[in-house]
Amino acid sequence: MQNKVVPALLALSLLTSGLNVNALPQKAETQSENDKIQHLLNRITFGKTYSDIGLVSKMGIENYIKSQLHPQGIAVSEDLEELSKAEALQASPAQLFIKYGRPAIKAAVQNQEQLEGKIQKPFELVKGANASDKDNSKTESKKQFNKMVREANQIIYGDTALNRIARAVESPRQLEEVMTDFWFNHFNISSDKGLDKIWVGAYEEKAIRPYVLGRFRDLLGATAHHAAMLFYLDNWQNSAPKASDGDDFAQNLQPNKKKNNNKGINENYARELMELHTLGVDGGYTQKDVTELARVLTGLGTPNRGAMIGKLNRQFKNARAQNPMMNNRFVRNYGQFVSADQLPGNKLLGSYFDPARHDFGDKVILGTKFKGEGEKEIEQVLDLLAKHPSTAKHISYQLAQYFVCDKPPASLVENLSQVYLKSDGDIATVLGALFHSNEFWDVKNQNAKFKSPYRFLISTLRATDTRIEDVKPAVNYLRQAGMPLYQCLTPDGYKNTQEAWLNPDNLVNRLNFATAFSAGRLRGMQPQTTRLDLVAQSLPSKMSEKTNSAIKKAPKAMQLALILGSPEFMKY
Amino acid sequence: MNRREFLKTAALASCSLMVPGMEAWALESKTVGKNTGKLVVVFLRGAIDGLSVLPPVGDSRYYSLRPRIAIPSSQSENGALYLDGHFGLHPALAPILPLWKNKKLSFVLNSGSPNPTRSHFDAQDYMESGVPGSKSISTGWLNRLLAQLPSNDSPVRAINIGATTPRILSGPVAVATYAPTAKRRMTPLDQPNISAAFSEMYSGRNDVFSKTFEQGMAARGEFNEAFEKSAMQEMVAADGGALPANKFSGFGRQLGRLIKEEPKVQVAFLALGGFDTHVNQGASQGQLANQLNTVGRGLQELIAALDDTFNNTMVVVISEFGRTVKENGNGGTDHGHGNLIWLMGNRVNGGKLYGNWSGLDQNSLFEGRDLPVMTDFRNVLASGIGNHMGLSSKQREIVFPGYMPGDKTVAGIFA
Repeated sequence: MQNKVVPALLALSLLTSGLNVNALPQKAETQSENDKIQHLLNRITFGKTYSDIGLVSKMGIENYIKSQLHPQGIAVSEDLEELSKAEALQASPAQLFIKYGRPAIKAAVQNQEQLEGKIQKPFELVKGANASDKDNSKTESKKQFNKMVREANQIIYGDTALNRIARAVESPRQLEEVMTDFWFNHFNISSDKGLDKIWVGAYEEKAIRPYVLGRFRDLLGATAHHAAMLFYLDNWQNSAPKASDGDDFAQNLQPNKKKNNNKGINENYARELMELHTLGVDGGYTQKDVTELARVLTGLGTPNRGAMIGKLNRQFKNARAQNPMMNNRFVRNYGQFVSADQLPGNKLLGSYFDPARHDFGDKVILGTKFKGEGEKEIEQVLDLLAKHPSTAKHISYQLAQYFVCDKPPASLVENLSQVYLKSDGDIATVLGALFHSNEFWDVKNQNAKFKSPYRFLISTLRATDTRIEDVKPAVNYLRQAGMPLYQCLTPDGYKNTQEAWLNPDNLVNRLNFATAFSAGRLRGMQPQTTRLDLVAQSLPSKMSEKTNSAIKKAPKAMQLALILGSPEFMKY
Repeated sequence: MNRREFLKTAALASCSLMVPGMEAWALESKTVGKNTGKLVVVFLRGAIDGLSVLPPVGDSRYYSLRPRIAIPSSQSENGALYLDGHFGLHPALAPILPLWKNKKLSFVLNSGSPNPTRSHFDAQDYMESGVPGSKSISTGWLNRLLAQLPSNDSPVRAINIGATTPRILSGPVAVATYAPTAKRRMTPLDQPNISAAFSEMYSGRNDVFSKTFEQGMAARGEFNEAFEKSAMQEMVAADGGALPANKFSGFGRQLGRLIKEEPKVQVAFLALGGFDTHVNQGASQGQLANQLNTVGRGLQELIAALDDTFNNTMVVVISEFGRTVKENGNGGTDHGHGNLIWLMGNRVNGGKLYGNWSGLDQNSLFEGRDLPVMTDFRNVLASGIGNHMGLSSKQREIVFPGYMPGDKTVAGIFA
């Protein structure tokens, strides 16, 4: 086999420079500046564009890395700033619940019905959304209710996804966008689960994005206190087995006086906190450590839902008293009447520590004793986990796999772990070391990664300067490709290796997408730059002769699709 | 000779060297010849609660350990379906009760992976690689199994339902990944001029992209053909033109038809999620019951759609580990250890339970909290599938390297 292929490659290399890097290994020191810029942009951005190449050539590789690691000075377009003001991202979890939660929607439906004279009773709080449907009018209300729930979820998901994709495509702070994807995935939640449908955008914006290049401890703390995480991994239900029914605040506003029977340890979050978020599965903890950590985390949840509903009820009555003509768009505008400020706990992130549900006994985790002091214990144990050498190693491995190659060398992981520990888990410092490592620049690691469907999508849009107007086609593609945005069900997030994503159906699917997109058939997602020479500059490696000749032979209308669907475009 | 060709030859060679009378399967595999049995593996991800699937209704400890989530006994309304008095079947699994009555369904109690991990991801990984405790093996056991079967060179020898290739199917043998869509419709690459342009670019590169592209196009062709057959169209018509996307029952029917229409399918894999019931799992009704209902109907419809092909098909349902015996503080259960393996097929001596049951006393539980694993999942798979698909003991060793079958807990389960 070798006898045939090697001379053929050599022969081609005389004819054209269009060979891929892998075919002819070069030594790192002989790499041209342009090749280096190409590699750097492949990894730091979601896909280089012809304008990026010019930018980095002008400012130099070093300055570019520095500016990406500390992006505060890079201006972001007003357009993107405007998008990020969406309520789905900016409102607090309590505000979102009060406006888009099921009780609010139920109330809005009833209010409307009362105004239309369909029901006689004055407004009253309805306890659950699942009241039995005995007659037609109730079926009608349920239909209306379901419709409004769907609308609410679409608003949140649509705005959140549009934000994410538009920023990933257009933001000049590319590393920030790459790291937002990386860390969201690391601390994954799924918008398919209950309340996380309405909290997913707020989670990304307030718990992930501010810290993606900051300290790991801050990121860990913010996710641990975000309502979306506490709900996703069930910690809001984790309580001491013999806890009282909750503190006064919760009890007084409990709408139905039913006794709270949900008491006892739930170790779901505690386990994933060690296995996925910090130490790693081989990080040296035991089942006993999981149970002890779960005890530390008892009482950390969200303000009692009853409290939020009670609040909603009172506010609703006041609002209606002010304006009896509220229409069925009421729920959309409801937020203006309500201030969620009086709810206790962390207002920005939505957590609430309820001492009455906490286990105040002493605990031992990883050999360290924690005195039963309540909320403080949580911060102490997060400190311990964030500083732990196993965490350093786990995070370093994941970064190296994401930025260097699918099976990163142990030497690199070890070096990065040291940097992590010395810098107290400063992410920009660790990444700085990574971008200056020999392994990162090693030619055999260049162009060695296979794009995930998400990266394929974003790089396609970047290559063609596409400003998305409608997020649906992008979201649909990701769903078909098995990587639905914000909907990875399990807490381990999506993989980012070739093994996970290269399979026959998935490849054909990409080519179908590239074809439909290039032909302008996806509504709200039209390619802006279609000049082949410009788009071709986005190829992560030089175009092979094979690809080049196939494109030349193809009808003009197909040429853009062939560039975006070429084997070269699948890697980076 | 590439690795795959080598394995195929090895498979043939070991067939001819088989020691006569060693085990029943030896004889059978000769008569089966080209037409070896088919296998459908269903993986319930998230660790299904085996104690709800098969509640030990005859054990009072079951009720004291699970005051809120136990399934009532068969005498009560909405209670467990009667199996043998001590164990019942979850009422939501009523669709598969007839299989039990026809002796084509059985369960292996206290079975699973010997590795004690309670991490979903590690446990799934081990159950799919077939080598618990080792992270260095890159192929899945189902792919290694395929390499042992006589190759029919079909791009749809192995079907994976879903958008990504799971660990269990990774390896050198090509797998047709089939992402179910709401309806079959023409895609750009179904048009000859478009596929020709991409073929020009992808074919003959001698690399992984070239190979993957060719497999993708070939499988697409086979699927399209199978779907055009009349039975398939009838089914599509019955569903109002749309195949349910998120329902196993839809997949079950779709997959069953595909296997029936396309005789070259040897193995199919399907994974379902949503069994990680830490909170409010419910009892006869509720969250888990809804999930089980989907599974039960799905299996029933799969088997109905297989029609007479079911005679030659074995369906295995596995999950990474079981759940805690005692319910947790939230009417749910946490990660445990031992679980059940479900087996369906003509060659299953069904209507009976297998494996060792050690009760629910604290001191017979694994680490004082979980069901123990007394039957290694590889024991069940190696003997059942080896028999069903005509594999020699050598070949079974290739499928499950390093595993020495020894225990007799499932003796007699396979005809």
